[in-house]
Amino acid sequence: MPRYFTKDHEWIEVEGDTATVGITDYAQSQLGDITFVELPDAGASVGKGDSASVVDSVKAASDVYAPVSGTVTEGNGALEEEPELVNSDAEGAGWLWRMTLSDSGELADLMDENAYKAFVAEL
Amino acid sequence: MNEINRSGWRPAMGEAGAAADGIVTTTGNRGLQLEEGLIFEIGNLDHCGVDFDDDDGGESLEGLPFRRSAPVDLPGLSEPEAVRHYTRLSRQNYAIDLGLFPLGSCTMKHNPRLDEKVARMPGFADVHPLQPQQTVQGALKVMEELAQWLITLTGMAGVAMTPKAGAHGELCGLLCIRAALEARGDAREVILVPESAHGTNPATAAFAGYRVENIPATADGRVDVAALTARLGPDVAGVMITNPNTCGLFERDLKTIADAVHAAGGFVYCDGANFNAIVGRVRPGDLGVDAMHINLHKTFSTPHGGGGPGSGPVVLSEALAPFAPLPFTTRLADGSVRLIEEENAGEDHPQAFGRMCAFHGQMGMYSRALAYILSHGADGLRQVSGDAVLNANYVLRSLEDVLDAPFGAAGPCMHEALFSDDGFADGFSTLDLAKGLIDEGYHPMTVYFPLVVHGAMLVEPTETESKGGLDQFIGAMRSLAERAKAGDPMLKSAPHLAPRRRLDETLAARKPKLVWPKQA
Amino acid sequence: MRYLPLNDADRAGMLGTIGAASVDDLFVDVPAEARLAGPVPGLPMHASEMAVERHMARLSAESLTAGQVPFFLGAGAYRHHVPASVDHLIQRGEFLTAYTPYQPEIAQGTLQVLFEFQTQVARLLGTDVANASLYDGSTACWEAVAMAGRITKRKTAVLSGGLHPHYVETAKTMAKFTGDTLVTRLPELSAEADDDAVIAALGAETSCVVVQYPDVLGRIPDLAKIAAAAQAVGALLIAVVTEPVALGLLESPGALGADIVVGEGQALGVGLQFGGPYLGLFGCREKYLRQIPGRLCGETVDADGRRGFVLTLSTREQHIRREKATSNICTNSGLCALAFSIHLTLLGGKGLEQMARASHARAVATAKRLAQVPGVSVVNRAYFNEFVVTLPRDARTVVRELADRQVLGGVSLGRLYPGADGLGGGLLVAATECTTAEDIETFAAALEEVLA
Repeated sequence: MPRYFTKDHEWIEVEGDTATVGITDYAQSQLGDITFVELPDAGASVGKGDSASVVDSVKAASDVYAPVSGTVTEGNGALEEEPELVNSDAEGAGWLWRMTLSDSGELADLMDENAYKAFVAEL
Repeated sequence: MNEINRSGWRPAMGEAGAAADGIVTTTGNRGLQLEEGLIFEIGNLDHCGVDFDDDDGGESLEGLPFRRSAPVDLPGLSEPEAVRHYTRLSRQNYAIDLGLFPLGSCTMKHNPRLDEKVARMPGFADVHPLQPQQTVQGALKVMEELAQWLITLTGMAGVAMTPKAGAHGELCGLLCIRAALEARGDAREVILVPESAHGTNPATAAFAGYRVENIPATADGRVDVAALTARLGPDVAGVMITNPNTCGLFERDLKTIADAVHAAGGFVYCDGANFNAIVGRVRPGDLGVDAMHINLHKTFSTPHGGGGPGSGPVVLSEALAPFAPLPFTTRLADGSVRLIEEENAGEDHPQAFGRMCAFHGQMGMYSRALAYILSHGADGLRQVSGDAVLNANYVLRSLEDVLDAPFGAAGPCMHEALFSDDGFADGFSTLDLAKGLIDEGYHPMTVYFPLVVHGAMLVEPTETESKGGLDQFIGAMRSLAERAKAGDPMLKSAPHLAPRRRLDETLAARKPKLVWPKQA
Repeated sequence: MRYLPLNDADRAGMLGTIGAASVDDLFVDVPAEARLAGPVPGLPMHASEMAVERHMARLSAESLTAGQVPFFLGAGAYRHHVPASVDHLIQRGEFLTAYTPYQPEIAQGTLQVLFEFQTQVARLLGTDVANASLYDGSTACWEAVAMAGRITKRKTAVLSGGLHPHYVETAKTMAKFTGDTLVTRLPELSAEADDDAVIAALGAETSCVVVQYPDVLGRIPDLAKIAAAAQAVGALLIAVVTEPVALGLLESPGALGADIVVGEGQALGVGLQFGGPYLGLFGCREKYLRQIPGRLCGETVDADGRRGFVLTLSTREQHIRREKATSNICTNSGLCALAFSIHLTLLGGKGLEQMARASHARAVATAKRLAQVPGVSVVNRAYFNEFVVTLPRDARTVVRELADRQVLGGVSLGRLYPGADGLGGGLLVAATECTTAEDIETFAAALEEVLA
């Protein structure tokens, strides 16, 4: 399944017209201990670049932006009890929400894994 | 760790706790450093530290609906137990009364005890806010005298006294701006805020319904005037500028900025948090400011009280003064003072925008601040800002060879000296130096603020420190700077000598425990 | 100047270190035309401690104080007896001159007090959690309305006519700028609170209903009934308590179904102080924890595993969220919260009940006696320690004439509701454990004289 990345350090994995979104391992390492994740409601429609979720650490609250436009189908309920999953497995069990895509053409603007690795290496 | 230890007042110190000197005590106390349990552990429902007159309660309670079936589950303590509980707790706090408290932008200066005595005078403390005005002239005259001092010291036209803290004052000022714009039928949507601003500025502007746009800073730590003036236009309601700014520098171009903002139809809000640096020497009204809050708990030394109460009166220009919220005072021809509120605002004050809070604001802070101001007088206040700026520059120049001072070369600072963690050993940061200060017997400076400087350390000594006291502090700072640069591991785990070592803030935020659980 | 430690020799030496010729040279960044050459014109010079004390004492003497005369004012600020130890303890320099506890290792005293305070407040209000206090009851009330808007994502709040008019005005000021709609009504001089009218105003757009308990006229609304009605339309019930001593006898609002409970804590520990500083109480259901405005203290452990306390969940606050903060409030009312907490610790649950019984008993005695004054009748069916009487003429002038006779005889509804039809004859009367039988008799006799 193809995985794409944004310059704001979100990842999105696409399967047909649905996708899973999270923050990258690099992002969680910069944020430090995650204490709380504010998840989007199922059914919420988000535009590309909209703030859809907020990830709190002790000293900061960071917006997570929707990489593409669409409709949220579910938030990762496991994070309510265990926000630390975002630290331990940001690109797996620490996913934030699932959504349907309204325009898969928007994926073309995102980076693939190699491009993202190169992007992070420059930071 | 077992339950008894967890209760805090009889903890075995544990291996790590004993490591500093190897001494373990059975009580957990260490000489004068005393542990203290929670009232929920040491008190109980049958204890009471208050006696009531015996003839109470003769009347029937039958007429009272919604009666509770049992007393509120609150433990009580006898008076000796209560006095000891709070006295022991107090000794776990650092305070200005104990030593230098160099918290930048917070102005932790000595709190004169005369002010406490004055605030407790019955004519100010034992009067009800809704007594007939003829019976509260003493209190009203304090409000009015203080109001006139604030107006004159700032060179402004009016003052809104009721805001209860700095952020509340910011909101009041923005609401005055909005009311003035609406009165001329001019709906503007944007407030410009420099990126170095205190976080309350954008929070307040957003709360008042404005869209916030950030203005960048220049390399020398000041507002980028060109960027700011370029952004002005018919949609900009105003700017919020802190002066002296959060880098401890005076915004030289404030007058130029104010003229440009006014020409574009907007207003200038000045965050007066740092007024202590210029009080008695510079009147913000002369710089074109339209509104500025004054933290009475900073510049005029009402005590911080562990986080409040504060007081944030807002001085206003001619253009904004008519919009000041109710209530306010005015002196009548016969010398008496009248409180203008809903009942009597009437035709004289049609534009007052309403109320910021119940009653008349922070009387207990007004009386303290007035006593402070009268003690200093116009000459003493000028000396206050002079000594505050002198002390800060002394610290700046005594440390800049061992600590990076990002704007040190740009000239004198105002009342606070800004340093960064540039040059520290890998893995060492501002936080480590700050925690090291605790072991040296000081409260840390403001850290990681302003955000525009990496690893910022903002040191505000204030004018109430002696040269000898500053020299000792400078010595401690020099030694800590060397240790941070050398990567001393003991610094990384500091503090070692305080009532507690570093606390687990992640745990507190992940599993919030905000109240003591009820016993089953 | 007695508060400034530097002398001229110190200053000269320090200027040498800095490399400046004079203190004025340190102000070079101030434009010359804005720099004053000497003290600000038009103001007096410094004064001795004696002189300042004399001046302030003279001003103080111009007030007629609550302790001097029979005193019956309430309306959101109450005169209860505060034990001497409270004021002594809050003047400990380690409490008085400490800052907000941002460095928890050396602020456990303040932090533990806040944790104890939060627990006391939550138990008193009957809520799961409480914050470390807000500015006062009126600002806490608005913060609750704003929070209900965030939770329900609705913008219409229904305010009971029994809500203190200053609280209503404060909310109106804020709502004007946030775009919230407030449905308000004036109180009526009726024996019961306006529960039914409030319920009738609820709708699908209602974010919250705000009900004062007891209400501003001293009547006691049926919170459980209103809570059920609010829940039925998906709105929150915000209960407002301006006299927390009442909760020594009355069921807590949380237990009756309120979602958010706010209050004015002044009655315990703080004193009258001409209206401020006071402290706002704020409690709510645990599920709304992350929407609470203001400071929160939480329990944790230190590096050695010892229990300790920290300010927590600060990502809700303005210094981090900036324009996305839950509120612009920065400070709490720390020292007032300390005073409140000490007083409540001295009382305990049983002492609070005794204080409440005494206050209620004195109010009943006052009402009975005033009802015997010709032309005076008591409006309320039930009340805790405050009630309304109607007078045969404008109560505002009666209050002033009573003051001329050295009696502070309550708050006229004309002052609280200027120009409101039908309220001008209303007088709001409060009693507490401080009220003596002699006070009541003097009040009644003076009222008889004034009305004669």
